[in-house]
Amino acid sequence: MTEGSQRFKGVLLILGILALWEGVGLLGWVNAKVLPPPHAVAIKWWEYLAPQQPYDAESDSRLSWLLSGELIQDAMGSLYRVLAGFVVGTLLALPIGLMMGASRQIYQLCNPLLQILRPIPPIAYIPLSILWFGLGNPPAIFLIAIGAFFPVLMNTIAGVRAVDGIFLRAARNLGASQTTIFMRVILPASTPYILTGMRIGIGTAFIVVIVAEMIAVNNGLGFRILEAREYFWSDKIIAGMLSIGLIGLAIDQAMSLLNNHLLRWHRGLEH
Amino acid sequence: MDTNIVISGVDKTFPTPHGAVVALQDIHLEIKKGEFVCLLGPSGCGKSTLLNAVAGFSLPTQGVIKVNGQAVTQPGPDRGMVFQEYALFPWMTVAQNVGFGLEIKGLAKADVRNRVNALLKLLKLFEFGERFPRDLSGGMRQRVAIARILALDSPILLMDEPFGALDALTRRSLQDELLRIWSELGKTVLFVTHSIEESIFLADRIVVMTYRPGTIKRDIRVTLPRPRDSASPEFNALKRELSELVSSEQARHEDAERRALTTD
Repeated sequence: MTEGSQRFKGVLLILGILALWEGVGLLGWVNAKVLPPPHAVAIKWWEYLAPQQPYDAESDSRLSWLLSGELIQDAMGSLYRVLAGFVVGTLLALPIGLMMGASRQIYQLCNPLLQILRPIPPIAYIPLSILWFGLGNPPAIFLIAIGAFFPVLMNTIAGVRAVDGIFLRAARNLGASQTTIFMRVILPASTPYILTGMRIGIGTAFIVVIVAEMIAVNNGLGFRILEAREYFWSDKIIAGMLSIGLIGLAIDQAMSLLNNHLLRWHRGLEH
Repeated sequence: MDTNIVISGVDKTFPTPHGAVVALQDIHLEIKKGEFVCLLGPSGCGKSTLLNAVAGFSLPTQGVIKVNGQAVTQPGPDRGMVFQEYALFPWMTVAQNVGFGLEIKGLAKADVRNRVNALLKLLKLFEFGERFPRDLSGGMRQRVAIARILALDSPILLMDEPFGALDALTRRSLQDELLRIWSELGKTVLFVTHSIEESIFLADRIVVMTYRPGTIKRDIRVTLPRPRDSASPEFNALKRELSELVSSEQARHEDAERRALTTD
């Protein structure tokens, strides 16, 4: 079985499901209000994506006009929150994780607290986040940061602890200082774990952003889905969901490219 | 010739859940500058423990190890270590691995490059400088590890079964290469092996160790002219003598393992 024909079968499966979905609508088996057929979703999607105002060469550039559609604006709003929250969460988790991984004392000091906090889902922080940060982006970014923090932290700790002792001995033998060992040996040796943590973390961030937008802000993909529900626009709900899926896929692909570039030295875990 | 490594009255005990294990007991050994010494014995005889103590990775419980008159307290680039598992940094290219010790020393970039290039040539690795270790065979990885240590210009090479994981032909060619480098650069070599043939092929002196507690059983000077011919009668006479010494220790090792298993 070649990879090409395997991929072709994957596309066929999607097309088959779309045909089935369209078919149950045509046969009148389901109410179009409850499950709108794919063509209706596609039309709605296009409306959602397209600019709402006709192009006006006087007042704006072509690019900003092209990006003025509601979907693009929502997606950019959501992406901004995901990235801001992810960066905050990762920047906090990395140094703490590196220290906890490298030092037994720091690990034993921080671990009990973290074990209590870790099982609390970010969503449980919603009331507090509104109390602390009000409405708008800050509470959303706070929730996303919490969502990204723990996967990055746990994987960083595990990564540092999994560094093979022989690398440390080899580095000490070459006369490396503690700082050099940390920067040139421990950090690169634990990158595979750290990147895995970041990949999980950005996935969590993406889940949390949708929930956060349902409560605290008035744009973004999560907000739009909830708004569409109020009006019973099920075609727009599905269009929004599929957009989330595609953007999530794009982010994961980007992370995977970054992974492959940073870990081009890495093959399995052998030395 | 000056004495380079002096090991006096060294003991090493490891605490274990079943009581302390005496890995080394009352080791006395003096190694001259430029000498090639093999530590030979079955696994568990403490030969690697002794090497790690000289390297400064794991200090003795009792006794002193002096290198050039200085007591060993920590690892350092004056005693370059070659590990059986190569221990190359997989995230660095071959050239970066070889240059890492020089970078740590603070050499200028251009000097590091020149020196690395010279070493890659010496070890026939020149076209592989930009490759990562994962692309290399075991024998080539070990050449890189040797180049990395030679870069430090350490007068002493410590080698922990460096060719143990290689196939017989690669092992043989690296042995030749090591002898060439040793005689050209005049290094002192302390080489751990469990291969009798390897020790006769390489060493000026073979130190046979006993199984737990690790002590020195025999210290044999090898006077055969180099290159040594493993088919010669002298080689084989020595091999027979060493085999007897080592196999009685190996028998004790196997006995002890059997006993440990049956009492569990």
